[in-house]
Amino acid sequence: MPDADSRPALVSGREISVRHGDRAILDDVDIAVHRDEIVTLIGPNGSGKTTLIRVLLGLRKPTAGRLQREDGIVIGYVPQHLQIDRTLPLTVRQFLLLGRRAPTERLRQALLEVGVPNLLTAPFHLLSGGEVRRVMLARALLRDPDLLVLDEPMANVDVAGQAELYALIQTIRRRRRCGVLLVSHDLHLVMAATDRVLCLNGHVCCSGRPDDVSQHPEYLALFGSKVGGSLAVYTHHHGHDQDVSDAPVAVEPAADRDRDASHG
Amino acid sequence: MDSFILRALVAGAGIAACMGPLGAFIVWRRMAYFGDSLAHSALLGVALGFLLGINVSLGIVATCVTLAVALVVLRQQRGLADDTLLGILSHSSLSLGLVVIAFMETLRVDLVSYLFGDILAVGMVDIYIIFACGTAAIGLLAVLWRPLLSITVHEDLARVEGVPVLRTQIAFMLLIAIVIALAMKVVGILLVTSLLIIPAATARQFARTPLQMGILASLIGCLAVGLGLQGSLVWDLPSGPAIVVAAAVLFCVSLATRPGRIWLR
Repeated sequence: MPDADSRPALVSGREISVRHGDRAILDDVDIAVHRDEIVTLIGPNGSGKTTLIRVLLGLRKPTAGRLQREDGIVIGYVPQHLQIDRTLPLTVRQFLLLGRRAPTERLRQALLEVGVPNLLTAPFHLLSGGEVRRVMLARALLRDPDLLVLDEPMANVDVAGQAELYALIQTIRRRRRCGVLLVSHDLHLVMAATDRVLCLNGHVCCSGRPDDVSQHPEYLALFGSKVGGSLAVYTHHHGHDQDVSDAPVAVEPAADRDRDASHG
Repeated sequence: MDSFILRALVAGAGIAACMGPLGAFIVWRRMAYFGDSLAHSALLGVALGFLLGINVSLGIVATCVTLAVALVVLRQQRGLADDTLLGILSHSSLSLGLVVIAFMETLRVDLVSYLFGDILAVGMVDIYIIFACGTAAIGLLAVLWRPLLSITVHEDLARVEGVPVLRTQIAFMLLIAIVIALAMKVVGILLVTSLLIIPAATARQFARTPLQMGILASLIGCLAVGLGLQGSLVWDLPSGPAIVVAAAVLFCVSLATRPGRIWLR
């Protein structure tokens, strides 16, 4: 998909393909993220969102394609899963310090910025799903990133918390003028918070402004046929997981599963 | 106190001290079975040491490292689950060691002392080796601490943040191999992992930070060595198992004093 933005991208991939054995996970994908813009990847399960993120982060080599990254940029990464063994006694402070050594005052600031100023000394295992996300975001912010990469930032966060998190991501973008790349499976919640959407299903189905994408026939075909509930929920603006039991095919893990479910 | 008891105490405490923080990582990273497999392969190292006429400790480190590399390579094939691979490597290397030792008819090896340890036979040279290698091991672990902890928490995140993941993991494996070679004297091949895991698990009950847990594990390990040796002296128990039993008793006591801390949500 040609990129309307003519500025040099923070990170970009052209004609990215990833094969696993005989299976094509990504086929000829173009993507670019610029400074001061929020790009959202959406797509059903197994559509290659996480693989594409991993390629852009340099965690996985693409089978084909070119990857470019602006020299010297710092990337803040918030992975989808974080399973800290229960036997590891880690406080929020130590978790933050693993990303970058910083004086306590800076740690406090980072926690304040993500809206959880009182968690500095809390044991990591006692955090709720939403708090874990925010603390992980704080760790990424401590690195003063030029680019924030958030993989399914809403996993294990209840619906109200999701809206707050999206608002927070927007605030961070505005304040820091960094690029944001985030993965989501729910267009309706990202709509307001994103500049561009890339709808992925192995290849790029469509991309552009969120309201354009939501009208695109390929988008409708993808989400309309595979997840009957998702589209209906999108129009009705309800929680997106209510029809999960009827549509096991392409539904991501329910976001507002037990708040404590992620505390492995 | 008899000098051989004193030597045993010093050697045992030295080893327990460097096994504490290492054991904490083994517990955090769920590598107990991996440690066990490395330890089992150590007997093959002993056998090879005798067979090739090289230093036994060197033989042990060499086989442990080979096993670790074999595991990494076999894992790439993705054919079998990790625990199956470890089971195959662990038991076949132990058996291979026993077979090779049986083959060397001219050699009389005190198998029991290798399997269960013989801390009372520790000499001054052993102590020097233990303290030299132990200090080096702790120094290396201090360097590895932050990157290793970061990898333990989240490997991909660590990689994105610039941690040299592969190098750190290899260094950690090397560290385990060295410490196992050292610790064999004390508790023997079959019980080595227990000195890594039990003190660390005990320390978890009380620790609030990773570093606290590592240091506490060292202290608890030293205490177990002391109590075990005492028991071995008073009741004439085999010293290696006595130390492990002492560690297990300390673990049970810790459960009783801080009930449910591990299972705290």
